[in-house]
Amino acid sequence: MPSLIETLSGAVPLHPHKLWPRIPVDADTWSMLIEQLTEGRWTLSGLWGDEGTVHMAVLDAERGQLAVASLACQEGRFPSVARHHAPAHRLERTIRDLFGFEPVGAPDDRPWLDHGRWSVRHPLGVRSEATGEGGGYDFLTAEGEGLHQIPVGPVHAGIIEPGHFRFTANGETVVRLEERLGYTHKGVEAQMAGAAPDRAAQFAARLSGDSTVACSIAFARAVETALGIEIPGRAHWLRALMAELERIANHLGDIGAVCNDASFALMHAHTAVLRERVLRQADLCFGHRLMMDRIVPGGVTVELDRPGQDGISALVAMIRKAFPPLVELYDETASLQDRTVGTGTLSDVLTRQYGAGGYVGRASGRAFDARHDLAYAPYDQLRFDVPILAEGDVNARVWVRIREVEQSLGLIDQIIEGMPPGDIAVALPKAKQTCEGLALVEGFRGDILCWLRLGPDGTVERCHLRDPSWFQWPLLEAVIEGNIVADFPLCNKSFNCSYSGHDL
Amino acid sequence: MIDMSLIDGLSIQISQMLLVLVSAPLLTGLVRRVKARLLRRQGPPLLQPYRDLIRLVRKEAVIAESASWLFRIVPYIVFAATWVAAALVPTFATGLLFSWSADLIVIIALLGSARFFLALAGMDVGTSFGGIGSSREAMIATLAEPALIMIVFTIALVAGSTQLSTVANAMLAGVGLRVSLGMALIALIIVAIAENGRIPVDNPATHLELTMVHEAMVLEYSGRHLALIELASSIKLLLYASLIACIFVPWGLAPAGAPLHVHLIGVAVYAAKLGVAGILLALFETMIAKMRVFRVPDLLGAALMLGFLGTLLRFVSRSL
Repeated sequence: MPSLIETLSGAVPLHPHKLWPRIPVDADTWSMLIEQLTEGRWTLSGLWGDEGTVHMAVLDAERGQLAVASLACQEGRFPSVARHHAPAHRLERTIRDLFGFEPVGAPDDRPWLDHGRWSVRHPLGVRSEATGEGGGYDFLTAEGEGLHQIPVGPVHAGIIEPGHFRFTANGETVVRLEERLGYTHKGVEAQMAGAAPDRAAQFAARLSGDSTVACSIAFARAVETALGIEIPGRAHWLRALMAELERIANHLGDIGAVCNDASFALMHAHTAVLRERVLRQADLCFGHRLMMDRIVPGGVTVELDRPGQDGISALVAMIRKAFPPLVELYDETASLQDRTVGTGTLSDVLTRQYGAGGYVGRASGRAFDARHDLAYAPYDQLRFDVPILAEGDVNARVWVRIREVEQSLGLIDQIIEGMPPGDIAVALPKAKQTCEGLALVEGFRGDILCWLRLGPDGTVERCHLRDPSWFQWPLLEAVIEGNIVADFPLCNKSFNCSYSGHDL
Repeated sequence: MIDMSLIDGLSIQISQMLLVLVSAPLLTGLVRRVKARLLRRQGPPLLQPYRDLIRLVRKEAVIAESASWLFRIVPYIVFAATWVAAALVPTFATGLLFSWSADLIVIIALLGSARFFLALAGMDVGTSFGGIGSSREAMIATLAEPALIMIVFTIALVAGSTQLSTVANAMLAGVGLRVSLGMALIALIIVAIAENGRIPVDNPATHLELTMVHEAMVLEYSGRHLALIELASSIKLLLYASLIACIFVPWGLAPAGAPLHVHLIGVAVYAAKLGVAGILLALFETMIAKMRVFRVPDLLGAALMLGFLGTLLRFVSRSL
């Protein structure tokens, strides 16, 4: 069987440095790709619009290949992917909202990000005036005796991001959940267009604050691929160090937050202390708690000095000591296990179909980890395991996080030990012609895709960042079905999808 | 000639009513504070619940357009019923003026009425959360109330009365260690946790709308209405603590007609009992997670069965 890239490019030999090509395709190849996606051979990794074109990123996880297929939109129309392959639903609705391209045969013609409150329609395509008055939204219905609806959000009682959840329940049992997102749409892609790479990097860093490091790495790698430059080895290692610190901080926070949603505040209090220690160390070493804007195209902005290295080593040793008793506490609190085990089970079939990344995928048996399967620097030189579980419940998602924290601690040790000396950044050359770059980077939630095109004036013409949450949010709807309403916060927290990253 | 015992009884009754009213938020504050300390947090000051009440009273009461007259009067009914119920439980003295009516069945009925009206108010506005809260509360109540009745029967069979001062005196006189009373105590603690919406049945500190029981019912209340309901919740917690103390650790209660200093000792002992109860509750709540809603009937079913077994044991043997 030919690989993804062989299939797409036919006999055309690839340019050696273009590891992941973008290939213009016709409608037949487009259909063939959709067929392969539905058959589960390849995974949909992104679907986004461009001038007169739609791009589809397809991942061949087995071979570690990624390719982008581009289809020209005839008269602003393209054959719907979602018609055959459900994971494309929201991506297509987004393309229609932002560009005005019509997915032909799409089963769902409702808007997604555009709630009718923008002053323009199709802000990235052919713009037109809009009333900005908002409008109704037809939630999917469920029929049956004794069903009632529970609207939750977009404003929630806790300090979390906005999103609307429409439950249809039979007593306590959830029959259907439908999400409505888009409340935090910031127009990131429009803002990035026309900006210089260093300016656009700031937008990328602010796509989703908790993944700022991973998003920045994805953007930086895409720019570096586009310009065809190599950054110093030390910069790669420093980036990985920041990424692992970010992963540990977020996982620690999540593990406690899941327990807190089961009203087990003790765990939350302890993990919050650990998370805080990580953030403070990051602040000491890199000058920012979340390490925002520390990674730029061309390298990193902050050098890690000797005391900083020692501080991180001490932090790792401290977590190694403090974490296992907490894991034990989690594992041995029967009342807590009673809540997490068997709750919100995600099937491996759906996981694979949606290509769910991160702990959501790995807790349901999907092994993909961009650090491992695509082995970008410096992960090709580091030893680590990708923890995988098959149960797919809240408990499994907590355990994957626990194991990943342990792996990340090991990675940090190796990074501190093996970090090569040298420069931490190179100056970015000016692009002399239009060039493109693609990157897939593992954030704490899963793989973040970044594709961009730089114009001849050196600015970003078009950039698309695909947060892992795009393929996790829909699964949350599936997971809660048949569970009880009161267990939703637990399931939701175990997914911990990004609103901001998804709403762009 | 005015009957001196009448004046005594009245003054004790009035001071008892004021005592429960004033000290209830303090118990709530203590539980919160201890819980925070257990989580290595500083925690709010002990007096924070009073400040919250004052703040709420000063605020405007926002009432939903769809609310009926019922919604407005329920806070007063709930508060009044809970306060009267708490006033009937001997806290530091047994010589209460209303002690003839201080009957366990009356207390259960008063609390039941308060709950009934609160559940109605939860549904009155017509929001989905109020409905969820009311339905969950009703589910809990249908098991908690019969369990409480069975506990009362057990105690009444041991003490020979359902009247609380008589029960307290009977316990003081010495009924010895009895299996049936042990079962009643465990059952009463379970019911108290459920009735007060504490972990593992409900979490009074949660912000998750979908998991709330009591908080979901009162989600639409604000201002002075919310203050009354919060105060009533605090009083209810105090009531259950007092009830358990009065029946199972009645030592230190000042008997009717005792001199003033005995009453003062009674107050001090009562304060100590509440302190211990508050700390134990905070410890217990810190150690466990909340139950799945549909597991709650299992827990309350256990309480019901314990109460039932306690009653049965009394018929099997007089000494158990």
